Amino acid sequence: MTVPQAPVPETAIPETETDGWVRLHPLTPLLRGGRFLLVALAIVGQQGLREASLEVFLAVVAVGVPAAITIGWLLWRAMRYRLTDTELQVESGVLTRRSRRVPLARLQSVDVVRPLFARFLGLAELRLEVVGGSGGAEAPLSYLGEQEAHQLRARLLDLAAGRSAGDSSVPAEQEQVLVVVPLGPLIWSTLLGPPLVVMVGLLVVLVVAAAVDLTLVGGVLLGAVPLLIGVGSFAVRRMLTEYGFTVAESGDGLRLRHGLLETRNSTIPAGRVQTVRITEPLLWRPFGWARVEVDVAGYSAGGGEEQTSTGALLPVAPREFAHRLVARVLGGAPPAVGDRPPRAARWRAPLSHRRLAIGLDAFHVVSTHGVLTTTTEVVPLTKVQSLRLTQGPLQRRLGLTSLHVDTAGRRLPGTVAPHRGDAEAARLLADTTTLARAARAASAS
Amino acid sequence: MTEQPEAEVAWRRPDRALLRLRRQLTVLLLTLPGVVAAAVLAVPFGPAAGLAGVLAVAVLTWLTLGAVTRRWAAWGYLEREDDLLVRRGVLVRRTSVVPYGRMQFVDVTAGPLQRRLGLATVTLHTAAAATDASVPGLLTAEAARLRDRLAALGEARQAGV
Repeated sequence: MTVPQAPVPETAIPETETDGWVRLHPLTPLLRGGRFLLVALAIVGQQGLREASLEVFLAVVAVGVPAAITIGWLLWRAMRYRLTDTELQVESGVLTRRSRRVPLARLQSVDVVRPLFARFLGLAELRLEVVGGSGGAEAPLSYLGEQEAHQLRARLLDLAAGRSAGDSSVPAEQEQVLVVVPLGPLIWSTLLGPPLVVMVGLLVVLVVAAAVDLTLVGGVLLGAVPLLIGVGSFAVRRMLTEYGFTVAESGDGLRLRHGLLETRNSTIPAGRVQTVRITEPLLWRPFGWARVEVDVAGYSAGGGEEQTSTGALLPVAPREFAHRLVARVLGGAPPAVGDRPPRAARWRAPLSHRRLAIGLDAFHVVSTHGVLTTTTEVVPLTKVQSLRLTQGPLQRRLGLTSLHVDTAGRRLPGTVAPHRGDAEAARLLADTTTLARAARAASAS
Repeated sequence: MTEQPEAEVAWRRPDRALLRLRRQLTVLLLTLPGVVAAAVLAVPFGPAAGLAGVLAVAVLTWLTLGAVTRRWAAWGYLEREDDLLVRRGVLVRRTSVVPYGRMQFVDVTAGPLQRRLGLATVTLHTAAAATDASVPGLLTAEAARLRDRLAALGEARQAGV
């Protein structure tokens, strides 16, 4: 990407905003420098302390603190952003100047994230997801004042939706809270997953070990420590990120708020959802609970830590409520799954064939599958990228074919209708192709 | 998958040169080393072992040639009005439907062997990572024609993600 105007020399950047260029919040270097310093201290300071020389430690602090703040200040001075009617422009970098244009037409979602330390200072980070964004947020603006972040988010969403900045934020600010997930089900639903399985498994192993030889028990417990830490951190992290999960509907899309220490405020504009997944783990079934996840085109798998908390639209709720919310997100209830695969499917999928079912109407394709966790995926036909039929050797013997529906979602890349009859799959492929084409044409006009 | 004889006619295949290439590779990489190994085997274990070895190599070559031919014959693509159909695979059969409007970009690639024979592979990419539509062994002219046609159709029917 190129800078339209002649690249301004570093020293010539005016201190005050011109032409709508805005700097990040002045406390940014402090926060960024502070984080940088913590890491540096952890590495160098530890060594200094181990050698029991307080002088070394103090020297590191004396040099490190000003250095980190100076670097942070230089970076802050070099970074500025501007919002035009069609794009967000971000310039940054001291040694390597980077100028980035984010076209708002490709905006998929906007997150306002407030890490714990930033919250103390009243700061927030703005993360945008755009189509084709590769790994991580495309343009993180960290940090902005909280007010500024929310205003900028509202303006971005207005512009992305084609509303002019003038008539903005009147309907968008009014929101209707659909659900606040209570703490009880959140905790229980998290524990009724991998943590419970691990605990029960460990208990069984312990009992067996104790029955064989009492001296084995200590070894087993010691060996289980990493596993317990892993499971424990999973449970704690999930509860922390999904604490106080609130889903609200507003003029600019669906709003999600969650997090205990680091709070996140996501907005998904209408019509951006590529795939919806409703999961019902085996252990949740007595309670009738379900979890809903969505994917938009920008979120990508395997990204940094910022990716881990995204995805859940609703961490846990009664099944009926989950389905109602899904209908709301998709702008219409998806068809009920009812079409079952032929009887031959039970030889290919002995554990899950009872669950396999699909549904197809003019707007959505739905498929249910899964062995222990019942998974239902809904794909809006306007989001279908390609369709595939696959047939393995065993499937061919049984006269079965699977239909795959691909979308641009990275974490939830579409769905699959497993083990349909050959003729039915061919017909499904033709029908879905035709319906998807009609849906595309209807949404384009 | 159902057979539709009336539609079979329109399916296009990779060029026969690709089949020849794959067969030559089979002979070069399987049959020749196999025969040499059988000959070496004959030195300590006698001519009977050598003969058995040659026989085994012959059977293996015959089977591989059959598989290569079937694999080649299974590849096919069909340019329909609104989408491209690509099918492939013998053991696992796959059929892909990619609407032209969903195409993000087209790749034409050719390795050294394909290039010597004037062949190229055309791969279609959409915004979905799972999309799997590529046709190998097209004559360079046909590959260029397909690429340009797909690009033109893709542009004409482009739909937002």
